[in-house]
Amino acid sequence: MNTNRRTPLDVEAVRADFPVLHQEVRPGVPLIYLDNAATTQKPLAVVDTMSDYYRLYNANVHRGIHKLSEAATDAYEAARARIAEFINAASHREIIYTRNTSESINLVAMTWGRANVGSGDVILSTEMEHHSNLVPWQILAEEKGAELRYVPVRDDGLLDVAAFDAMLDGRVKLVAVTQMSNVLGTINPVADMAAKAHAAGALILVDAAQSVPHMPVDVRAIDADFFAFSGHKMVGPTGIGILYGKRELLEAMPPYMYGGDMIKRVTFEGAEWNDLPWKFEAGTPSIAEAIGLGAAVDYLTETGMENIHAHEQALIDYAAERLVEVPGVRVFGPEDVTQRGGVASFSLDGMHPHDIAQILDHEGVAVRAGHHCAMPLHQRLSVVATTRASFYLYNSFSEVDRLIEALYKAKEVFTF
Amino acid sequence: MDDLYREIILDHYQNPRNKELLSPADIDYEEDNPVCGDHIHLTVQLDDEDRVTAVGWDGEGCAISQASASMLSEAIVGKTLEELRSFSKDDVLEMLGIELGPVRLKCALLSLKVLKAGAYGLTAWPGEEE
Repeated sequence: MNTNRRTPLDVEAVRADFPVLHQEVRPGVPLIYLDNAATTQKPLAVVDTMSDYYRLYNANVHRGIHKLSEAATDAYEAARARIAEFINAASHREIIYTRNTSESINLVAMTWGRANVGSGDVILSTEMEHHSNLVPWQILAEEKGAELRYVPVRDDGLLDVAAFDAMLDGRVKLVAVTQMSNVLGTINPVADMAAKAHAAGALILVDAAQSVPHMPVDVRAIDADFFAFSGHKMVGPTGIGILYGKRELLEAMPPYMYGGDMIKRVTFEGAEWNDLPWKFEAGTPSIAEAIGLGAAVDYLTETGMENIHAHEQALIDYAAERLVEVPGVRVFGPEDVTQRGGVASFSLDGMHPHDIAQILDHEGVAVRAGHHCAMPLHQRLSVVATTRASFYLYNSFSEVDRLIEALYKAKEVFTF
Repeated sequence: MDDLYREIILDHYQNPRNKELLSPADIDYEEDNPVCGDHIHLTVQLDDEDRVTAVGWDGEGCAISQASASMLSEAIVGKTLEELRSFSKDDVLEMLGIELGPVRLKCALLSLKVLKAGAYGLTAWPGEEE
């Protein structure tokens, strides 16, 4: 058995920052939260930051010339600047606040997409995409008479890069790809893919919902044209997401939501758009949430993204090994843990994922059962649904042991 | 592991009753829940008074969906279509004898949904008719 359970993190100290983890799902059964790909828990620092905003300096941003408004605006824009730094964007003007990854991707589809994709063009997606980086492109392709093609996933869970190379012809306008699969855990070589896309005259949009929270990212090193992620998957609040876009692209894109704050001037005859990034932020934004995301980024930076990544690699290494010991378990995704993040989707012979998840819940273990917003991928895997355990910085090796114990209990219940 | 997976549910899952499609049948309808892959195919024979005389079904999926179909196949025999109109989501839950969250509720209700769609052309989930 692999005894490498070394981690740079002091998990007990990390867990002390997350009050929600210290509870029992029923008497004597502690919560073991392994549904981080769905959403993550928040440290007290993030919760306090948001309630401080409401308690102490709540005001609308950008317009007020009074003390509270200036404080709110400072905090809101300072968070934007720290988020820019976190992903190594060149400028805060390239960071647009949205509601979530889905909205970020839809923004690109509705604005850049509608203006630049036409009949006969190709959009390149993959078989492992989340619905949010798939359905918007289906709609755009349908609207414009463009073609949507899918780079295949290999049986070993890796993206078929050779197929990608072959599919990248002169007709491709956009490559839309996930940096880390929320089902397989596969980490895709997005920097390489970006270079190839650019050489072929295409842009690349990276769905970073699962990568930004779990590993260091650098949008300029990747040379991503668009990069989308969600606050709630990175110990931040729900209701806030980010779209990063290269400045020259964002300057050229028309907005698609109109109204207050995204204008410079309005007359009865028309309107003049505001500068970046506010051109894409109509109406009063989610101020508390943006400030909360700033606090989340601070917390993650302090913990260290390299440390978090190393911790998850150790966890997934241990979990994968223990999972395949359980008779009848099949783990999906790359066997080589260096090619995957802390997500383990699996099947258990003779048991439906719903039943597995139900019994695990009884044992305090929170996992996800279903298609995880990736039905085409499940079609490719020839399963309707899987059970998914996903880890984060506050999960421990002993929680992996509890997961395995719970799986054995589930097998017991269903052994006839 | 008691509460949800009561003896009776596991029994119906392991030994499903009436799990053989009838042919011919007066009602023949199937549907699945794409969210999780539960699938139920229901066939029902009626007499001249639209009273259920025989039920046969087939399907695959989670224990709750399959046990529910098995139990429903016994519960509706001898009832008229008119009487069955009022067979509700609550009746299914009482039949199963458990409490269910919103996700598993759909598992439990799939067979009733299939029955109501096949018998009356109703497309809504039982309990969500408004």
